Amino acid sequence: MMILKILFRNAFHNKLRSGLTILGIAVAILAFGLLRTVISSWYAGVEAASTSRLVTRNAISIIFTLPLSYNEKIRQIEGVKMVSYGNWFGGVYIDEKNFFPNFCVEPRTYLEIYPEFVLSPAEKKAFLADRKGFVAGRKLAAKYGWKIGDPVTLKGTIYPGNWDFVLRGIYKGRDDTTDETQFYFHWDYLNETMKKVSPQRADQVGFYMIAVTRPDLSADVALAVDKTFKNSLAETLTETEKAFNQGFIAMSGAIVTAIQMVSFVVIIIIMAVVANTMAMTTRERIGDYAIMKTMGFGGRGITILIFGESLVISLTGCLTGMILTFPAAAAFGQALANFFPVFIVSTETLYLDFLAAILIGCLAAIIPTRQAIRIGIADGLRRIG
Amino acid sequence: MAEQKQNIVEIRHLYKSYHRGSLAVPVLFDITFDIVAGEFLALMGPSGSGKTTLLNLLAGIDKADEGSIRVGDLDITTFSETELAHWRANHVGFIFQFYNLIPVLKAIENVELPLHLTSLSKRERREHAEMALRMVGLDHRMDHYPQELSGGEQQRVAIARAIVTDPTILVADEPTGDLDRVSAEEILAMMERLNTEMGKTIIMVTHDPRAAQRAKILRHLDKGYLTDDDSQNPL
Ligand SMILES: Nc1ncnc2c1ncn2[C@@H]1O[C@H](COP(=O)(O)OP(=O)(O)OP(=O)(O)O)[C@@H](O)[C@H]1O
Ligand SMILES: [Mg+2]
Repeated sequence: MMILKILFRNAFHNKLRSGLTILGIAVAILAFGLLRTVISSWYAGVEAASTSRLVTRNAISIIFTLPLSYNEKIRQIEGVKMVSYGNWFGGVYIDEKNFFPNFCVEPRTYLEIYPEFVLSPAEKKAFLADRKGFVAGRKLAAKYGWKIGDPVTLKGTIYPGNWDFVLRGIYKGRDDTTDETQFYFHWDYLNETMKKVSPQRADQVGFYMIAVTRPDLSADVALAVDKTFKNSLAETLTETEKAFNQGFIAMSGAIVTAIQMVSFVVIIIIMAVVANTMAMTTRERIGDYAIMKTMGFGGRGITILIFGESLVISLTGCLTGMILTFPAAAAFGQALANFFPVFIVSTETLYLDFLAAILIGCLAAIIPTRQAIRIGIADGLRRIG
Repeated sequence: MAEQKQNIVEIRHLYKSYHRGSLAVPVLFDITFDIVAGEFLALMGPSGSGKTTLLNLLAGIDKADEGSIRVGDLDITTFSETELAHWRANHVGFIFQFYNLIPVLKAIENVELPLHLTSLSKRERREHAEMALRMVGLDHRMDHYPQELSGGEQQRVAIARAIVTDPTILVADEPTGDLDRVSAEEILAMMERLNTEMGKTIIMVTHDPRAAQRAKILRHLDKGYLTDDDSQNPL
């Protein structure tokens, strides 16, 4: 009881030193938390991706298309539950810097295969009924202040011209990890326009999305699809959505590794800082510890005092850092919404914060504790005065 | 007159040296003497003569190389570290030159601290501590932190802390060494009262002849030897 009182008061006795140390830990935990969140949002697309959905694209490259006629053939393959298709549109809204993913899809099947995009029945009906209608994610609509019924024009890059749309639905993500920044519209709208302006580009599909009847059939179905189109004009490459997204991310793997390393370096640096603080503190209190030992307190009491003080400081810093992480992540996420559609501090990150704080507190206390215990009482007493 | 009284400390052929690297520095040589119960003994001698070392040995915070120290019925030279710690908690009260109160604890908490190693209840601890503070005349400063007290007052709190467990012996190393004359007199008067009125056995190291006057008996150490005639013929 008294020991706890002493260690808590010790922790805040030297206000400037404790304050600065706590601030340092808080900033380190904040930086660590944000960096971890950057990494996990990087992977959010992969995590959200389903293994029971397959993506089929042109085997040569994603920039080549596949004929629309494949749709029927794929649907007949065993294990296939539903097929949808779409094209990357790559339109620009007003200005190049307004980047957000936009593509056209076969709407009826797309909405079935992607239940995580939650749309109200009324909006779904309105979207399906309007060939020029489009659906936007909640975050995207909020960012540009779009309301249902608003006209929006995208400038085509892959498909030239100005394209007029009307917002018919705003979807919400079913899960925290669902991307709420997408823009999708009717594939027919694109295709019919193509038929008129450049017929050779009509009836071409960028990618097929396949729902399988059972997740464990994914591999077999993928093989069957690619086999079907073997030796045809446009051979296919089919993989799970997860693998598809992972391939996308693998390109940036080196950056992720670098960020990961930096996040741990931050923790190691602060560990050294706290260890130094604890060493100073303990040296100052060697006399106190000697007095307590003369009274009959043993190594256990001293250990509790030093570890306790160190942990109080590191956990106070950790808690401050954790609390700061949320508003910081919100601001960060807003500023970078286009790059990180999902920017949420995960529970896992908070656990890691906590673990790091415990580690910092304990490691910083080990050497001072050893010194304080080892020094003979008589020697400790001689250091006073 | 001492013949009727019982010895509370018996020191026999005590040797102690410090080790600096491979070099042994002998500090105490063949120390043999007794202290009777209820004694107020002042240990004097030049700086470096080994007074603190001897006090530490008989208070069980340092280990002798040779010889025995019997306190009450126990030979403490045979004790392990843990046994010594336990023994000190029950049998020794310490008073130091620099008071050495825990700075983050209030006066009353400082006095209560040693009681945390006893089986007393929270209320009993509080009562004992208050009583000890009353004895040193500081019950009105209970809730003050050490830095809010004068040197003399801090030393009185330290005395309260030393007596609160009702130890067998009180050891004091230069208890007035850091105090002005008036405060020093106060402290010495208080120790004298503890000895005469409460029968506490006190062993005090001091340089100060004025302090030594208060004691009932004097012992002199010089270069590690006890120089009093008496010490050659203990009882
Ligand atoms: N830890 C140690 N290592 C080596 N030598 C020591 C150690 N502690 C004390 N000494 C030496 O032992 C001798 C006796 O020291 P001690 O502190 O007992 O003297 P003292 O009589 O109390 O002196 P003072 O009046 O100055 O307090 C001194 O020469 C001192 O330098
Ligand atoms: Mg000394």
